[in-house]
Amino acid sequence: MQEAMINRAKQLLADGTVNRVIGWKRGEFAYDITPAVFDSADELDSDFVFDDFTAANVSKYLVKESKKEGKVLAFLKPCDTYSFNQLVKEHRVVRENVYIIGIPGGPKLDAEKIKAKGITGILGVKNENYTLKIDTVYGEETMPFYEAVLDKCASCKSKKHVVYDELMGDEGDVLDSDRFDMVEKLENMTAQERYDFWREQLSKCIRCNACRNVCPACTCEKCVFDNPASGVENKAPADSFEENMFHIIRAFHVAGRCTDCGECSRVCPQNIPLHLLNRKFIKDINELYGNYQAGEDTTSRAPLNDYRQDDCEAGIVHERGVE
Amino acid sequence: MQVNENKEFEPLIVAFCCNWCSYAGADLSGTNRLNYPTNVKIIRVPCSCRVNPMFILRAFQRGADGVILCGCHPGDCHYTSGNYFTRRRMTLLFSMLDFLGIERDRTRVEWVSAAEGAKFAATMNEFTEAVKKLGPNRRLEDLRCRKQ
Amino acid sequence: MQKIGVFVCHCGTNIAATVDVKAVAEALGHEPGVVISRDYQYMCSESGQNLVKNAIKEHKLTGIVVCSCSPRMHENTFRKAAASVGLNPYLVEIANIREQCSWIHKDIATATEKAIILGKAAVAKVHLNAPLTAGESPVAKRALVIGGGIAGIQTALDIAEAGFDVDIVEKNPTIGGKMAQIDKTFPTLDCAACILTPKMVEASQNEHITIHSFSEVTDVKGFVGNFTVTIKKKARYVDETKCTGCGLCTEKCPMKKVPNEFNMGLDNRTAIYIPFAQAVPKVATIDPNYCMMLKNGKCGVCSKVCSVGAIDYKQEDRFIEQKYGAIVVATGFNPINLDKYDEFAYNQCPDVVTSLELERLMNAAGPNGGTLLRPSDKTHPHKIVFVQCVGSRCDDSKGKPYCSKICCMYTAKHAMLIREKYPDTEVYVFYIDVRTPGKNFDEFYRRAVEQYNVHYIKGMVGKVTPRSDGKIEVQASDLLADEQLHIDADLVVLAAAIEPDKTARPLATMLTTQMDTNDFFTEAHPKLRPVESATAGIFLSGACQGPKDIPETVAQASAAAAKAIGLLVKNSITCNPCVAHSDELMCNGCSSCEKVCPYGAITYIDKEFRMPDRTTAVRRVASVNPAVCQGCGACTVACPSGAMDLNGFSNSQIMAEVDAICK
Repeated sequence: MQEAMINRAKQLLADGTVNRVIGWKRGEFAYDITPAVFDSADELDSDFVFDDFTAANVSKYLVKESKKEGKVLAFLKPCDTYSFNQLVKEHRVVRENVYIIGIPGGPKLDAEKIKAKGITGILGVKNENYTLKIDTVYGEETMPFYEAVLDKCASCKSKKHVVYDELMGDEGDVLDSDRFDMVEKLENMTAQERYDFWREQLSKCIRCNACRNVCPACTCEKCVFDNPASGVENKAPADSFEENMFHIIRAFHVAGRCTDCGECSRVCPQNIPLHLLNRKFIKDINELYGNYQAGEDTTSRAPLNDYRQDDCEAGIVHERGVE
Repeated sequence: MQVNENKEFEPLIVAFCCNWCSYAGADLSGTNRLNYPTNVKIIRVPCSCRVNPMFILRAFQRGADGVILCGCHPGDCHYTSGNYFTRRRMTLLFSMLDFLGIERDRTRVEWVSAAEGAKFAATMNEFTEAVKKLGPNRRLEDLRCRKQ
Repeated sequence: MQKIGVFVCHCGTNIAATVDVKAVAEALGHEPGVVISRDYQYMCSESGQNLVKNAIKEHKLTGIVVCSCSPRMHENTFRKAAASVGLNPYLVEIANIREQCSWIHKDIATATEKAIILGKAAVAKVHLNAPLTAGESPVAKRALVIGGGIAGIQTALDIAEAGFDVDIVEKNPTIGGKMAQIDKTFPTLDCAACILTPKMVEASQNEHITIHSFSEVTDVKGFVGNFTVTIKKKARYVDETKCTGCGLCTEKCPMKKVPNEFNMGLDNRTAIYIPFAQAVPKVATIDPNYCMMLKNGKCGVCSKVCSVGAIDYKQEDRFIEQKYGAIVVATGFNPINLDKYDEFAYNQCPDVVTSLELERLMNAAGPNGGTLLRPSDKTHPHKIVFVQCVGSRCDDSKGKPYCSKICCMYTAKHAMLIREKYPDTEVYVFYIDVRTPGKNFDEFYRRAVEQYNVHYIKGMVGKVTPRSDGKIEVQASDLLADEQLHIDADLVVLAAAIEPDKTARPLATMLTTQMDTNDFFTEAHPKLRPVESATAGIFLSGACQGPKDIPETVAQASAAAAKAIGLLVKNSITCNPCVAHSDELMCNGCSSCEKVCPYGAITYIDKEFRMPDRTTAVRRVASVNPAVCQGCGACTVACPSGAMDLNGFSNSQIMAEVDAICK
């Protein structure tokens, strides 16, 4: 796949369709794959990577890239296309300046899960019949492939590309996923249990802002949490309230816009299941206002910018709650 | 919030009231001398849709024990549609607070028209009582903001 | 450096009796930035205002807080006072320590404590107030009157009299409303039609008045001085401009079995019809539910007999759009539906009628040509029972909680007229109370009792049972004599409660005006602004605001007209400066704000920005039209970055209030 992508990118560069390519390159470690922009065939040949660790969603980078001179080629996995579409809808990316090649999605791997098996010094991985062969500095190790899959891929919502200029590989379908199972489990707990769960999780937050910075919905020119005039500016989680505040407001600001790409949880160095907050909003929106998938199209109204006269009252929270 | 061993717990209630209906409803309840507890402090906003979730969280942070948001009845919004947006926003926000284990009875949305002075007073009495039962807000309070 | 003045009003004893005003002034005097804190008996009085003005001048105040009654009451007073001595009026904040403190609390200690907190919140807010300048927007010199009953007609005539164009939109084929159906009026007993129809004609002939009959308002956009209204002119299948109202079509129409609404269904009309002889406009209308030509394409008689070729079976609903400066609502009332009142046998017996039906039965243009006959067998009734308060003053869900106000008087009128014309008829009136406040009203009622010997019995009717011999058995209690009565009546008349017209509720939504729980429009102030709605530029005329008799309706109609004229004479009005504005540096151009704006006040522009690295970048940013924005603030919450903020109610101001209250 990687080779086919490089070849196609080189063609498009050569015929002038695009003047740069946004893809991925290797970081310090084999599993440390980060988005990068390539200007030439040489760069593509030497650095372009697409493998089982290539999970990063490049849509957000297009906010800046699509406003530059000339067209940029972007390889988008199915989940990335939702993010991209949402950004088009919000006028954050210039659609005409991006040439999209839809590429097959995951499941992608979570290096943390491999490391959790005591496997370190990872040099590379190979998936052979769903057995993961891991090449390490200490020799080859194996583990079942699905035990190393990223959480966000394990509950994948769609293999379908909602936007592309051309497609590599076969087109997939929207899936029936079990992505709300954990939200549901939490909903069925008592308030005290939920409180304890979230206290334990959110108190781990170090306010590194990785979740915000990676989030394709968080593209504000200036974030309220960085703006002294907003009255809620804060830089560090000084206490439990601010952890709550930051994560509630962040989730609220992306409610109805979050495509559930799962990047927030993927990048969280403290492994806080932040996507559960977003999924709670998505689940509520689906149940209360009808199914809505952000990024599925570029014209529908976001649920929070819309209403129906017969919407339920806020009291529904009291009525349907546990306890 | 005042907690005194000899006195019963007196919750602090912040009420956001839209200028056109609920604030006028509160005025009417005053004109009609319909009592409700001093615990309730009203903040006037042009429309319930002006209330940012951040204001509500801020109130809790600073020690409020309950926050109630009052606006025109759906369909009666002075600005046509403001309260419809409010309804969705607050439903989702309250649901999220509940999801995080914050007692759901600390928050409420109530529609009170300019003619419903009695409803305003009754709502405030009832809400204050409900929050009183819950006791002080501990889960969302910023401890540094607590009064010494 | 802020220099804030605090002024605490005693409001006589209204505030001072439950709030220690001196303590409030003292406490607020210690707040940061406060340089003067005073209390005074009546801050809104001239000397009170002078105290405020002098303090502003003397201390060069940068903002003031008045702790007094509701800002809905005197905010403007103090804003004007501040402006008169050069302080921007939007640097004034009111702490409501009367309606929301002294009047509802009894304990002085806690009420004072609360008053201080409310004062502190206002001080915290005023610290962040910015001087605002109101813009101006032009006024469209045309008024819209919705409803063409006596209220609408009177309002339109008065506005036209002042020289402004005015349109009447009436949903029925003719103007005239309920008054056109009434026979005589109390307490003078003059003929309703005789005093109404000249006004109808006057309205139709006035060069400033346009009547859109058989039309409805379907959309209202804009704001005071600048409403854009869409009016649906319903297809009447007759060309209004050609029809002469000769009535030949109505004579020849073969479909003669259509219940006649004008006569309350007591007789029939044809499918093509003119509601009554003095209808304005006197133009025929085809009822598509009954017209055979429209239903199955077979007939066409009216088209054949019409000498001017006015019939147009292909006519469709037309929509017209018009700009108005002011809108007057005059949608009127209807008697309630009596289906739920089985005990009065209204649905079982044709000789149990409502008072409005009785009006038609007694009217010379009614089904019996003015002779009072029973609907069932067209015989003269000799014993008539009137039942008062049917659905009025009810505490159950069947009826209305309010007094319908007009029933006592019209029943006295009916009783009197019947006794006058048919002295052999016995008339009983069952009442809870007889309410006759009003000029010459009680005298009128006493005449009915004393001169005309109408039997007024305090008590309610329990059951009305139609008997096979044609009589109606009325079981009632006489509360004063404490006995049960059985009356064999020939006719029973129910004084049905009145309720606002069903079109009022959707209209209120379109107009963004408020209604009470009974669907009556809410006035801006129950005593001081009874003909204005809380929405600027929308005025209330007649029974849409509450039950009213004709003289009251006409008085209110003229008052509403005066208010509308007061608006229309202005070339421009001062806009509310408390509008939204977007910080371009923070705006993402995401369009969230535009989606929630009910006024379409937000547009987007591509703007060039100098970037920190000295390059320039073009970004899409929101821009608010301050003349269109009404300041609801929906956009401020939709905006994720907080770029959108609201003048007068900014994020930081509200946050400061929250902090002050929670401190």
